[in-house]
Amino acid sequence: MASTVASIAPQFDDAAQQRDASNLGIWIFLATEVLFFGVLFAAYTITRTQHPAAFAAGSRLTDLTLATINTALLLTSSLTMALGVHAAQSGARRAIVGWLSLTVALGILFLAIKGLEYHADYVEHLVPALNFSYPGAQASPVELFFYLYFVITGIHALHVFIGVVVISVIAYMASKNTFGPEYFTPVDLTGLYWHLVDIIWIFVYPLLYLVSRS
Amino acid sequence: MSHVEFFPAAASTIAGSIDNIYFVWLALSAVIAIAIAVLVVIFAIKYRRSSTADRTVAVGARYEHTMHRIEVTWTLVPLIIFLAMFLWSANAYYESATVPHDAIPVYVVGKQWMWHIEHRGGQREIGELHIPVGRTIALVMTSQDVIHSFSIPGFRVKQDVLPGRYTTLWFKATRTGDFRWFCTQYCGTAHSLMIGRVFVMEPGDFDRWLAVSDTEGSMAAKGARRFRQFGCSGCHGPSANVHAPRLEGLFGKPVQLQDGRSVIADERFIRDSVFLPNKDVPANYEPIMPSFRGQIDEEQMLEIIEYLKSMENVPQGVQR
Amino acid sequence: MSSISVAQHENYLTADFRLWSWLTTLDHKRIAVLYTVSITLLFFIGGAAAALIRLNLLTPYSELVSIETYNKLFTMHGVIMVWFFLIPSIPTTLGNFLVPLMIGARDLAFPRLNLLSWYLYVIGALFAIESLIAGGVDTGWTFYTPFSTMFSNTHVFAAVAGVFIAGFSSILTGLNFIVTIHEMRAPGLSWFRLPLFIWAMYATSLILVLATPVLAMTLVLIAVEHFFRIGVFDPALGGDPLLFQHLFWFYSHPAVYIMIVPAMGVASEIIGCFARNRIFGYRFMAYAMLAIAAFGFVVWGHHMFVSGQSAYAGTVFSLLTFLVSVPSAIKVFNWTATLYKGRISFEAPMLYALGFVGLFTIGGLTGLFLASLGLDVQLHDTYFVVAHFHYIMVGGAVMAFFGGIHFWWPKVTGRMYSDAWARFAAIVTFVGFNLTFFPQFIVGYLGMPRRYPEYPPEFQLWNVLSSTGAVILALGYALPLFYLFRSLRDGPTAPSNPWNAKGLEWQTSSPPLPENFLRTPIVAEEPYSYSSDGPSHG
Repeated sequence: MASTVASIAPQFDDAAQQRDASNLGIWIFLATEVLFFGVLFAAYTITRTQHPAAFAAGSRLTDLTLATINTALLLTSSLTMALGVHAAQSGARRAIVGWLSLTVALGILFLAIKGLEYHADYVEHLVPALNFSYPGAQASPVELFFYLYFVITGIHALHVFIGVVVISVIAYMASKNTFGPEYFTPVDLTGLYWHLVDIIWIFVYPLLYLVSRS
Repeated sequence: MSHVEFFPAAASTIAGSIDNIYFVWLALSAVIAIAIAVLVVIFAIKYRRSSTADRTVAVGARYEHTMHRIEVTWTLVPLIIFLAMFLWSANAYYESATVPHDAIPVYVVGKQWMWHIEHRGGQREIGELHIPVGRTIALVMTSQDVIHSFSIPGFRVKQDVLPGRYTTLWFKATRTGDFRWFCTQYCGTAHSLMIGRVFVMEPGDFDRWLAVSDTEGSMAAKGARRFRQFGCSGCHGPSANVHAPRLEGLFGKPVQLQDGRSVIADERFIRDSVFLPNKDVPANYEPIMPSFRGQIDEEQMLEIIEYLKSMENVPQGVQR
Repeated sequence: MSSISVAQHENYLTADFRLWSWLTTLDHKRIAVLYTVSITLLFFIGGAAAALIRLNLLTPYSELVSIETYNKLFTMHGVIMVWFFLIPSIPTTLGNFLVPLMIGARDLAFPRLNLLSWYLYVIGALFAIESLIAGGVDTGWTFYTPFSTMFSNTHVFAAVAGVFIAGFSSILTGLNFIVTIHEMRAPGLSWFRLPLFIWAMYATSLILVLATPVLAMTLVLIAVEHFFRIGVFDPALGGDPLLFQHLFWFYSHPAVYIMIVPAMGVASEIIGCFARNRIFGYRFMAYAMLAIAAFGFVVWGHHMFVSGQSAYAGTVFSLLTFLVSVPSAIKVFNWTATLYKGRISFEAPMLYALGFVGLFTIGGLTGLFLASLGLDVQLHDTYFVVAHFHYIMVGGAVMAFFGGIHFWWPKVTGRMYSDAWARFAAIVTFVGFNLTFFPQFIVGYLGMPRRYPEYPPEFQLWNVLSSTGAVILALGYALPLFYLFRSLRDGPTAPSNPWNAKGLEWQTSSPPLPENFLRTPIVAEEPYSYSSDGPSHG
């Protein structure tokens, strides 16, 4: 088996310091992501409070089936990612590559279904600034709902895409036997990022699709 | 150079209390700033490197205790002063933010880059505001475009003027004369030109001014015409065959909404009902009212509001 | 401690002279120098805008520039000075250089992220400069909606993009500092042995990391709304322009603490050294900075007392604002007490630091005026506010920054500058600053609004005084360019510890080795262990 010991970057004294620094770094990064999305959730919540009926109407126009499938896909991908991290800890090369590839596949499937959703929205004239039309006096606040819907799900999808790319790179590195018990930090950090992307979706899904739907 | 000003005129009932807060802060700040400066200078001289002043530092628990007490003191004393000033100024703020129930409304529409005024009697002004001395005036304001702000430094009043909602500012002038008014929220190119003058007149002079000013009828009368012109009476009038709320005596009363909330039928409620009719739908009514956005402008909306206020069983004055 | 001769070992400056080595460096000291050059350039661009503003305000009518141009000038002045000068200033220049040195490390935790930070800053600055060259932006640095999103037809998108990109530079810097300070302290260097400058960098980094993402997303929202002409801030659609203000100030208030807390750290280092005394109340000083960072997140509504926000919200924000001023007051008292029984000398860094204490005190006191709800109604959006924040940001932060530049110049460059010229510049700056900004308090209470190229003629005296001061202030800022550059050419070589200061950065050569220390230091003494009894020793 090839060496799985990481080279220690010159600024660090030892591998433990390097690992601790990387871990603290990723957690701080995740905190910034939480605040980043927090703005969107705040904007959504406040606008929703001001237009409860219109936002409920907007929710009803979203595709609950596709979104639920996406939720299942993303949750499953978090499981496969966690199994990938576990495999990396034990250095099982084929298992790492397998689980990470499955995670990538689920991520791509998520994005594809999102694309289907967006296409359906386009066909139904629900895309603000493009072809939005809605009958009655509620048109404007419903358009605001969809504006937020596209912004929130769009930025989230961007994060999914970035995750897919990064996990693919990590999977490739894993196929070259880079990871093992002494060094699996990149897999670990990527896993944390992916879990955050999943957690954000767990807030997005009920806020956009479930609340006041009935 | 023209005549120099050092301090603004104090021309309203609240100006005195605001100025008092200012002077107290000025005094406190001067005391603290001078004390710090004096100490720094004294220490800088006494303990300059070449001086032979005694620098032995006491040690031990008693010294530590004294130092600790000093630190606690200079933490608590400012805190207590701050809290006192907070309470005083919050109280002054409530006074200026609570519109007295006997205030006479004057309506203001701000737009890039001018101020449109309309008195209840239908008298209009641009960039000038004539008011009687000694009477409580409440400005009900909205913007037609971006955020502006209405400020009369001599009265110590200021309030941002927002598109899509009404904000209110009240004052009671204590002297006659004319006073500057500025737009104080940057609103684009001619922000600095969006200024005006407030003319405070003796009540007799003001009444004469009202009488000679051109009007097309009072705001309420104009509002009644708009009410018919835009078709409101078609659904809200006595012979309507649509189930729509009757509006006589509505203004200022609580309204039960479809989602269980209860709101007061104030200026905001009326405006939202016209432009965003599905926002606050009254209980037991269908959300079938169309939106009049783009059809009724801000000034016409205010005339309609005045009309509704003028209907029977309505308490006079301005709702906050 | 013998100083390490520069001739015997290469230092970080002489390690490689090629430009490419600078542009690809991972050395935190070189990155600090790169930042210093960049922000100096941006400072003078923002300063040029200020000069034109003050010149235009000499007369009550906008005679030097059109009112359209004036609106663009104050916008660009604000955007550049806030995001491209003040926020990066001390952290990316002095912070990048000193954090590893002060804690005995070889570099920051993530050198490549550090270099990326600089490139992001440069790219952001290029966008901002592009928006300037293409014709400017006229929304004010605060980008209030709906004007910025629906009405302005200036280059909003480019300016917003520039700030957005530069924001990531800030976030990465903050992340780097937090991890470095947590994980890479030298043996024996416990938290309460850290210099207060490190505490300042730490507290600042917490704000950088938690507040800047909020700005980033808010900028995305206004960029999208500006571009697509639809969004949640547009009242015509049922949106709320006040929502923008809440989101904007949620970041921008903590941002002002990003600008002042580093200055507080610098002041503590300088005052401790030139008073040759322990900083009075060291723990309180550290806790105060953390308290300011934390409380700074809950006071944003004090920018919105007359915005239409509820009186209830205003009351809460006013109370919290008074609370956040207490830690700052404690710091001023502690700096003053540090002078007591010290051995004080008045080299240029000390003059700047003492100037900082005085001007920060005045700026902070005037903040109390603004925190008072009833009084703020009169003062909001007038020159009183302009004077208040310039006292803190310019009289405070910029003076401390200059003090820090002068204090650590020998360490960074290996050269001494002319202290006589430097003291002269410090005094000129102090005088010019007060003449520029004190009259603005007076004309503010008179009611002169901000962002006005034209004003009532009765206000002219105060404007003329202010503009005269600006000329003197500009001289004060220009002078260091001359004597500092001259020191690079033929200033005396600096020893490793020219000021006899405490702190690990002074125990390595001037300039430092590329790897900072020959051997990782071990820390066994308390910070600021200046002895006041007997002769001082190195």
